[in-house]
Amino acid sequence: MYDAGHYDVIVIGAGHAGVEAGLASARRGAKTLMLTLNLDLIAFMPCNPSLGGPAKGVVVREIDALGGAMAKVIDKTHIQMRLLNTSKGPAVRALRAQADKVLYQQEMKHVIENQENLTLRQGMVDRLLIEDNQVKGVVTETKACYYADQVIVTTGTFMRGKVLIGDIEYESGPNNQRPTIKLSKQLEELGIELVRFKTGTPPRVNSHTIDYSQTEIQPGDEEPRAFSYETTEFITDQIPCWLTYTGEVTHEIIMDNLSKSAMYSGAERGTGPRYCPSVEDKIVRFSDKPRHQIFLEPEGRNTEEVYVQGLSTSLPEDVQKKLLETIPGLEKAEMMRAGYAIEYDAVVPTQLWPTLELKTINGLFTAGQINGTSGYEEAAAQGVMAGINAAGKALNKESLILDRSQAYIGVLIDDLVTKGTDEPYRLLTSRAEYRLLLRHDNADLRLIDVAYEYGLISDERYERFTHKKQQIQDEIKRLEKIIIKPDEDIQKVIEEQNGTLLKEAVRATDLLRRPEMKYEHLKPFVSRETELPPEVEEQVEIHVKYEGYIKKSNQQVEKMRKMDNKYIPEHIDYDQISGIASEAREKLKQVRPLSVGQASRISGVNPSDISILLVYIEQGVRSKVSNE
Amino acid sequence: MEQDTITAISTPIGEGAIAIVRISGEESFAIANRIFPTKDLAKVDSHTIHYGSLVDPKTDEKVEEVMVSVMKAPRTFTREDIIEINCHGGMVSVNRVLQLILREGARLAEPGEFTKRAFLNGRIDLSQAEAVMDLIRSKTDKAMSQALNQMDGRLSNLIRSLRQQLIETVAHVEVNIDYPEYDDVEEMTHQMLVERGTAVKEEIQRLLLTAKQGKILREGIATAIIGKPNVGKSSLLNILAQENKAIVTDIPGTTRDVVEEYVNVRGVPLRLIDTAGIRETEDIVERIGVERSRKALQDADLILLVLNGNEPFTKEDAALFEAAKEHDIIAVINKTDLEQRIDLAEVRAVAGDVPIISTSLVEEKGIDQLETAIAETFFEGELDSGDLTYVSNVRHIQLLEQSEQALDEALQAVEDGMPLDLVQIDITRTWELLGEIIGDNVHESLIDQLFSQFCLGK
Repeated sequence: MYDAGHYDVIVIGAGHAGVEAGLASARRGAKTLMLTLNLDLIAFMPCNPSLGGPAKGVVVREIDALGGAMAKVIDKTHIQMRLLNTSKGPAVRALRAQADKVLYQQEMKHVIENQENLTLRQGMVDRLLIEDNQVKGVVTETKACYYADQVIVTTGTFMRGKVLIGDIEYESGPNNQRPTIKLSKQLEELGIELVRFKTGTPPRVNSHTIDYSQTEIQPGDEEPRAFSYETTEFITDQIPCWLTYTGEVTHEIIMDNLSKSAMYSGAERGTGPRYCPSVEDKIVRFSDKPRHQIFLEPEGRNTEEVYVQGLSTSLPEDVQKKLLETIPGLEKAEMMRAGYAIEYDAVVPTQLWPTLELKTINGLFTAGQINGTSGYEEAAAQGVMAGINAAGKALNKESLILDRSQAYIGVLIDDLVTKGTDEPYRLLTSRAEYRLLLRHDNADLRLIDVAYEYGLISDERYERFTHKKQQIQDEIKRLEKIIIKPDEDIQKVIEEQNGTLLKEAVRATDLLRRPEMKYEHLKPFVSRETELPPEVEEQVEIHVKYEGYIKKSNQQVEKMRKMDNKYIPEHIDYDQISGIASEAREKLKQVRPLSVGQASRISGVNPSDISILLVYIEQGVRSKVSNE
Repeated sequence: MEQDTITAISTPIGEGAIAIVRISGEESFAIANRIFPTKDLAKVDSHTIHYGSLVDPKTDEKVEEVMVSVMKAPRTFTREDIIEINCHGGMVSVNRVLQLILREGARLAEPGEFTKRAFLNGRIDLSQAEAVMDLIRSKTDKAMSQALNQMDGRLSNLIRSLRQQLIETVAHVEVNIDYPEYDDVEEMTHQMLVERGTAVKEEIQRLLLTAKQGKILREGIATAIIGKPNVGKSSLLNILAQENKAIVTDIPGTTRDVVEEYVNVRGVPLRLIDTAGIRETEDIVERIGVERSRKALQDADLILLVLNGNEPFTKEDAALFEAAKEHDIIAVINKTDLEQRIDLAEVRAVAGDVPIISTSLVEEKGIDQLETAIAETFFEGELDSGDLTYVSNVRHIQLLEQSEQALDEALQAVEDGMPLDLVQIDITRTWELLGEIIGDNVHESLIDQLFSQFCLGK
């Protein structure tokens, strides 16, 4: 062993969680080392070549608002982008991009190489150095010792990874990379509870061998789109995806070969996600469906590989080939890689503080798929937060915990550490109570103040943001004061939108509140000297239109915050509280919630337990006062 | 930290002559002022008591004659503003008062919550913390076991089915949002949402109208005392009223001076109808006896059919049985103090399974048996004092009313052209409220529903 250097923070892994963790830690000013198995596979997308979508797309923007890299990198490297749910309300709109997965990796690697305070090294970590429950550093298989008091583990699906195809299985990380075996064992020895999860990926086929005439084209939006608020250059040259379907014959083949599927062979297996079922699961669970959608997604500009979305499977390779032949457009498709299932160890996330630090080992953080989540965005989000908090700890600065009303990231982490998960966790908009507040259009308004306070974004960016915020507020105030009289011009506009004609003069804001009216319709009647940027106009419109609902949500948030701000003393002994029900007591001891609010979200903890807890805490506070 | 305003009945439920409904929290005075128009309680001195009427602000109808105590923070039990409304005991009146307060924005207090606030606000000293925690625990356990025992199976099944309809609708909206490209399910439209929402709303409304227990608690059992002239109807009325401290309410807007009286018999609230008619006609020569009784029958749930034991059973008596046969009847053979000339076999032949009670109203005999018979008719003897059926039902009614309101807001939002993902907020709220009735409110079940209803994934 040799002393390979001293750092504030070490990040193990350079997947989507690892890169954001390293970048965030370095941005916050900590001297950071990032170790990865393979420098050519940084921010690799082992599954679908796509980012964003409902909830996840909002997360990408939240990461951007916190200074993260994901949004900017995908803005530079996507092959198409779409805004989803445009016909629905503003709360659920979301961007989704198809990535050029090779370019994405290259670009991300370059971002990392150029980040101040951040060192990138190739190496397999075998062991954590731990003394008295305090992390001291890591040792690689090549005997390099790197020292740091904060270590973030972002090993994704690599921990004791096992690939399964039919009856074939072998130890492996995703895409035949080497799995991480020793670290997983060490975590177990340290008393950390692990759980076995699985996920899967579909086969890839050669684009030249696809008959696209039998499929439907799925183009990107014509209007230029971007995830980052900072992006100014837009990609216009987009590549379409294609839609086709499975059919009766596909389903017959699957049913005939079901016993050959690794996940259906009867062996005990890890738990897979319901929202990302294998095609076997779909056919078994929804046997009445005559067909299922298959999206053909190109993996990049300089490759002919196409991802067959909808066909995730662990059937044997020969059966996979037969399946492809039954799908219109893929009859002659050449399978370049087979689909597979992968099993891996994950950390039971209720062992973490909301900062993503393990409760039992000082300085040890985990982030990403290792915490039982699935998805690049969920991983990246945790990476940012673990990076911010590990750096904060190293530099004696404040930790950052986002609450459920501030960000989907807050929902994600609160769910993980408070409720845990019994399947790989994916964000859904329906997991958020305050969905209307957590919009993709206002991620910056929600988070940039925090980001600036924590030193995660530049002064220039903050200034641009404050200017935007001011413009929004001013414009709403201005519109509230403008009275629109029912003259011919406005009536004509209203008529064109199929609205009810004005009977008397109204405030501009009242008119904007009508469902059929948009800001642009009002522009001629509320003229101003300088045109506002479109994103400002959008905010004004949303704020005015949905004011009632936004107010309602804000009131609920107030209630939640009151409970979240009621802190539970760190060394509380739940066994000392006589009235708490035993199930609640066990849960409280396990989760060790930081606040009464967090305690109230634990399943099995009832309102009466919370009442008793409050009384107990108050008792402690008062006896402390009387002792002093 | 808990600034919402809570309310509860603070006296034992059932038989007291007076009941107290307590309100505590920031909104106490505002709520009280809305239902007690007699004077502005925010401006009176603290720790004073005021006489006046409670009025339902929706209908301007007088609900009760009450005494209201005003106690201003911090010199109160909870250290918050407290209002205590002293009203007539008995389920009907106290229930009306409580519901009015709930409707005006207070929340039904959790078990032990006043005490908890008293402690958290520093009113109770540290040495009693353990006792406070034990109190919360024991009250919660008791309330929970009672709520479980008393939950009518049919009601909970109906609520479950309504919730299932709602959650399927919500899951449908959600799948459109979270999986916009999933083409296996048609896009939920405003029209579909209105249809489904309206169907559930109608069920809730029906439930609110017909839930027997609920209706009884809200309105009392409409009870008619019928019988030929001079059998003792008036005496029976007076005895029931005196024994149970009747509340006399004038009902305006009717041409005759009809008086309804509420009495509470063994916890069963009775609303005695057309009592004026009885009093009026008993004192003078009654010409319209049977006719009048027939009329009173129309609105009644319970008939007390009075016979004179001192006289033979007549065709007129039989005609009364025949006229009342659609209702619950209790036959009262009165005047057992006099010579018995009535043929019991004859009565039994006409009465069928109707309970027959013998009384001497003059000597106040048989009253106990009569009251027991009344209680048994409606609660099969299950209702005893101190029972919490009453409270949990008030809770159910409140939750059902809130559910209806939330659905109304959803339907209104549809009308206003709001996007479905916003309309859905109030549908989900309805689902949660209904869940509170049956004690099931787990957010995760939406996600379970999503993935069991639809086939999603990559």
